[in-house]
Amino acid sequence: MASKPSSWSSSLGKKAVMAVSGLVLFGFVLAHMAGNLKMYQGREVYNHYAEGLRELGAPFFPESGVLWVARAVLLAAAVAHVVAAWQVTRQSRAARGGRYARHQVVQADYAVRTLRWGGVILLLFVVYHLLHLTFGNPAVHPDFIPGDVFHNVVVGFSNPLIAVFYLVANVALGFHLYHGVWSVFQTLGVNRVGMQERWRAAAALFAFVVTAGNVSFPIAVLTGVVS
Amino acid sequence: MILDSKIPSGPLAEKWDHHKGHLRLVNPANKRKFHVLMVGTGLAGGSAAASLGELGYNVTCFCYQDSARRAHSIAAQGGINAAKNYQNDGDSVFRLFYDTVKGGDFRAREANVYRLAQLSVNIIDQAVAQGVPFAREYGGYLANRSFGGAQVSRTFYARGQTGQQLLLGCYQALSRQVARGTVAMVPKTEMLDLVLIDGVARGVVTRNLATGEIRRWVGDAVVLATGGYSNVFYLSTNAKGCNTTAIWRAHRRGAFFANPCFTQIHPTAIPPSGEYQSKLTLMSESLRNDGRIWVPGRSGDRRRPSDIPEAERDYYLERRYPSFGNLVPRDVASRAAKQVVDEGRGVGATGLGVYLDFADAIGRLGRDTIADRYGNLFEMYERITGENPYQVPMRIYPAPHYTMGGLWVDYNLMSSIPGLFVIGEANFSDHGANRLGASALMQGLADGYFVLPYTLGDFLASRMGEKVGVEHPAFAEVEDGVRERRGRLLSLSGSRTVDSFHRELGRIVWDECGMSRSGQGLKTAIERIPALAEQFWREARVTGDGESINQSLEKAGRVADFFELAELMCRDALTRDESCGCHLRAEHQTPEGEALRDDVRFRHAAVWQWQGEGKPQIRHQEELAFENVQLSQRSYK
Amino acid sequence: MNLTLFVWRQESRGARGRMVRYEAPDVSPDMSFLEMLDVVNERLIAQGERPIEFEHDCREGICGSCGLVVNGIAHGPMPATATCQLHMRHFKDGDTLYVEPWRSRGFPVIQDLVVDRGAFDRIVQAGGFITAATGNAPEANSLPVGKEVAEMAMDAAECIGCGACVAQCPNGAAHLFTAAKISHLGLLPHGQPERYERVLGMVEQMEREGFGACSNFRECEAVCPKGISTDWIARMNRDYFAARLFVEKSDKKRAGGVG
Ligand SMILES: Cc1cc2nc3c(=O)[nH]c(=O)nc-3n(C[C@H](O)[C@H](O)[C@H](O)COP(=O)(O)OP(=O)(O)OC[C@H]3O[C@@H](n4cnc5c(N)ncnc54)[C@H](O)[C@@H]3O)c2cc1C
Ligand code: HEM
Ligand code: HEM
Ligand code: SF4
Ligand code: F3S
Ligand code: FES
Repeated sequence: MASKPSSWSSSLGKKAVMAVSGLVLFGFVLAHMAGNLKMYQGREVYNHYAEGLRELGAPFFPESGVLWVARAVLLAAAVAHVVAAWQVTRQSRAARGGRYARHQVVQADYAVRTLRWGGVILLLFVVYHLLHLTFGNPAVHPDFIPGDVFHNVVVGFSNPLIAVFYLVANVALGFHLYHGVWSVFQTLGVNRVGMQERWRAAAALFAFVVTAGNVSFPIAVLTGVVS
Repeated sequence: MILDSKIPSGPLAEKWDHHKGHLRLVNPANKRKFHVLMVGTGLAGGSAAASLGELGYNVTCFCYQDSARRAHSIAAQGGINAAKNYQNDGDSVFRLFYDTVKGGDFRAREANVYRLAQLSVNIIDQAVAQGVPFAREYGGYLANRSFGGAQVSRTFYARGQTGQQLLLGCYQALSRQVARGTVAMVPKTEMLDLVLIDGVARGVVTRNLATGEIRRWVGDAVVLATGGYSNVFYLSTNAKGCNTTAIWRAHRRGAFFANPCFTQIHPTAIPPSGEYQSKLTLMSESLRNDGRIWVPGRSGDRRRPSDIPEAERDYYLERRYPSFGNLVPRDVASRAAKQVVDEGRGVGATGLGVYLDFADAIGRLGRDTIADRYGNLFEMYERITGENPYQVPMRIYPAPHYTMGGLWVDYNLMSSIPGLFVIGEANFSDHGANRLGASALMQGLADGYFVLPYTLGDFLASRMGEKVGVEHPAFAEVEDGVRERRGRLLSLSGSRTVDSFHRELGRIVWDECGMSRSGQGLKTAIERIPALAEQFWREARVTGDGESINQSLEKAGRVADFFELAELMCRDALTRDESCGCHLRAEHQTPEGEALRDDVRFRHAAVWQWQGEGKPQIRHQEELAFENVQLSQRSYK
Repeated sequence: MNLTLFVWRQESRGARGRMVRYEAPDVSPDMSFLEMLDVVNERLIAQGERPIEFEHDCREGICGSCGLVVNGIAHGPMPATATCQLHMRHFKDGDTLYVEPWRSRGFPVIQDLVVDRGAFDRIVQAGGFITAATGNAPEANSLPVGKEVAEMAMDAAECIGCGACVAQCPNGAAHLFTAAKISHLGLLPHGQPERYERVLGMVEQMEREGFGACSNFRECEAVCPKGISTDWIARMNRDYFAARLFVEKSDKKRAGGVG
């Protein structure tokens, strides 16, 4: 008989890794969105906030210390999430074992059906986004001014192509979040009999808040609300 | 010839305990050296295999389905009786015993039935411990309902799926033994013959239904738990695969067949809708508590039910049986339905049906109450018929449902062949001429959990060291026979499908050996059946080969056996020149159409012995003694 | 009514199969789907051809034998209805129907529309029971079970083991089936002693059989003839993590010691 699988080698274990790391990522996007709302208070407040992040924990921690710890956690979560997603997807692909000549979806919603592609879009987006607004890679953001976050965002989003890409990616994030968040309750076994609808409503609300916030930024820049 | 039923002596209530105390035991270290072949995984076979495995025997277990969990016991709906007296309504082991003997119209053995009633209480304990989710009261204790006209509430149930839950309990216990290695499960395999060595049952020959492989299996004992033969009627409430092959092949090898004509017709099935109809679906009997049964007053009235005024309806059960009304026993209700249909007053497109009307009950109790009580059944009815029973009356019609007859067994459940045991619906033991509702599940589990494990041990204890192998010439001979027969079936290349023959056979048996039988009709059936069988062997068509799944081959083998059984049923019904229980001879009824028993000439089980191909079986009698109950005539007026 | 069928025909395990076209004339709306196939088969036999093999037995939606994917939906278009209970009145004259077997790595096709579901039996053998040898049982009413718990256990216990959940799941996952059995037994007081050992054994067997992971598509519950809820999957996950993280080693050892 095959050897006894260790805790996390089962798909349940991998899904738990995804759920926990997904929650970390979710916490980040929520906070990130909330922080970005400060751009509506103008350049000063927004730049100050960005600066503040680097001084978090001062004077007890060195400059950017806390930030780096947070970044490490975030990166670990992202890596774990993507690796587990890849493994779980491979297992499921193999298990499907053949396609139907005709296939109909009965009740799976758009969010779950686009989960994997949504994840890929998100991955691409994050890479792009980091080059764009964090590292200011000249090829991606020619007019990047380190330290002037407000400027970087406004200039960045003034290009309609880029703004639209952000919009698309954030809508994809919305779907991923909606399915992801209620999925977490399911995956970690928080859901109880008869409670699923409630969790799904809560997830929809979270996803909507994050997406609405994020989507508003490019729109605000394009329409001149933020400039 | 004297049939030794091995009924222990002593007072009724002490027979089993006393007997158990004196049965021989097999040394624990020796148990695994004994190999038991268990054919069937229903409540009877599943519970027996699990219990024997637990004891340490080496069991190989067969079923024709792809999983043990699919045996036909799964379909039982209503419930299981047990003399727990939880309701404090005066139930007792004796009362359950008495009701069962009386319900069987005094054609069953007292000792067997008493043992069954005694063991009924243990069954519930066992099932609950296994995790069977029986219905409960708010306080957490087990709930009961009254079933099939019983005066006490002694039926335990799990929604409308009691059989399913009990079978899953067995299946789980069986699965545990499979994991422990004591039971080897061989699904998708059909037993095609029995192997005897020196007159003792020592093996079976099977066909793997997926690969076609024909194989020999040797054991120290063979147990048949293969269920009933209602499918001889073609249309019945049984699963499509239910068959007589296992017990019929054993009969041909010398096992006596008892009371083959005792078959039960259930009054509330959904009527057939056309020629293509493949099986009948049972609707719970509980519907008769609130539904009123009627047909149009005059024959040929094709109006819609709502257009027939009250005065032109005939509530025939209420009319004929004022005190029991719609709640008369199964056989009475079934016969009455057939009568009105024969008079041309049947309803529905095929004319095979009577109305079961809930309009009054809905008016009286409200739609919600009715939905509460019967919601699931109404949904099932609508799924099948496309009609909404809240608006139009249901249509129901009787359907073959259960066979009380089966292989003859003694008190130890051993057939007339040493080493061949028969349990569950496949034997004839406990229900006489009619079975009470909710007692078949009880019998299957009593046999499997609590009787066979002891009595089989007693047999095996005497057979240490008598080892044979599948190389024994007896195996080769039986296997050759099986191959030869398979070859003959595969070579059938006529013009008619096997199903069409089965349908025709079913119609003959239904008409002549169904709810009402007459000497004349039975005699013609006895001539027509062999003629049809002969035609089958000439004109049937079987396609495909023997090396893969082949439904037409499987069916052909089963139908060929049904022909022979049908003939015996008719001969048994003809010889039993009385009416009793479900067996109504038109010649023997009161002016009101009630069955007239003849306790002087027929207070016995009819036991048939095979004489060889083409020769009629010999009929033996096992006289039945009634020392603890008073023989009485049923009346439901 | 007249229908056109495209049916999966496959000679044997591992052989290549294909969709074959059949005409089904004069179908009565009152026929069940399997009766419609019976009629097609009678005609095939009369022509000397091999009939279409499909699994069936009770034909009343309880044994779990039957199971066809009809037009891309396991057990066909009617909710909470097994194939044998699906009636032709739900189709229209002239319809084209695609009839396929369950497809999943865990359920290899044996012939035509028949698949091997032995994996389900092995999952149950890996712990889907309560160890209560015959003769050990105490008086049934000695351990009361709250009505609500009993009803919940029954909800889960209704699973007929048909495998539609796997067939429909885009991941080929057997979570619904496995979770239903785990929950049925895990809810009852009688099932507590083996609760954690059971969930570990069954989940691990499920993985070994090559079924997929659950992404919460919820397609399974939509086609389940018994309407088994995906809520049980959450319960299974909870018990699995509890068994992994919090339960003492000694509590997990089952008496019989199943490998
Ligand atoms: C619709 C319906 C409802 C019912 N409701 C009730 C009820 O509410 N209460 C009640 O008490 N009783 C009820 N009954 C009766 C009861 O269900 C059966 O009598 C009982 O379950 C029979 O159990 P069994 O173990 O003897 O046989 P089955 O459960 O029929 O099992 C037979 C086994 O034998 C195997 N088998 C058969 N032939 C072969 C062969 N040739 N080779 C290999 N294997 C073979 C099968 O695979 C199967 O495993 C009902 C019956 C029906 C049809
Ligand atoms: C329209 C929406 C968004 C805007 C306006 C935005 C804006 C920004 C800006 C300005 C920065 C740089 C902050 C700094 O360097 O101080 C940043 C960093 C970052 N953003 Fe976004 N972001 C958006 C959406 C997202 C989304 C959806 C994700 C993740 C999926 C994301 C992930 C990140 C990450 C990982 C960083 C780097 C944080 C770090 O310094 O470690 N952002 N974002
Ligand atoms: C901001 C970033 C992200 C967040 C907040 C996030 C969040 C989540 C959450 C909460 C889940 C649910 C896990 C569960 O079922 O319990 C999930 C699932 C998933 N995520 Fe992400 N995720 C993010 C990025 C990504 C990326 C970049 C990828 C892939 C490249 C990805 C791929 C997936 C996949 C495939 C699943 C489904 C796994 C399955 O159930 O089969 N996600 N995500
Ligand atoms: S959970 Fe539903 S679909 Fe899956 S096997 Fe059980 S009954 Fe069938
Ligand atoms: S469809 Fe499949 S992904 Fe999960 S919820 Fe059902 S098992
Ligand atoms: S044939 Fe039994 S469930 Fe369909």
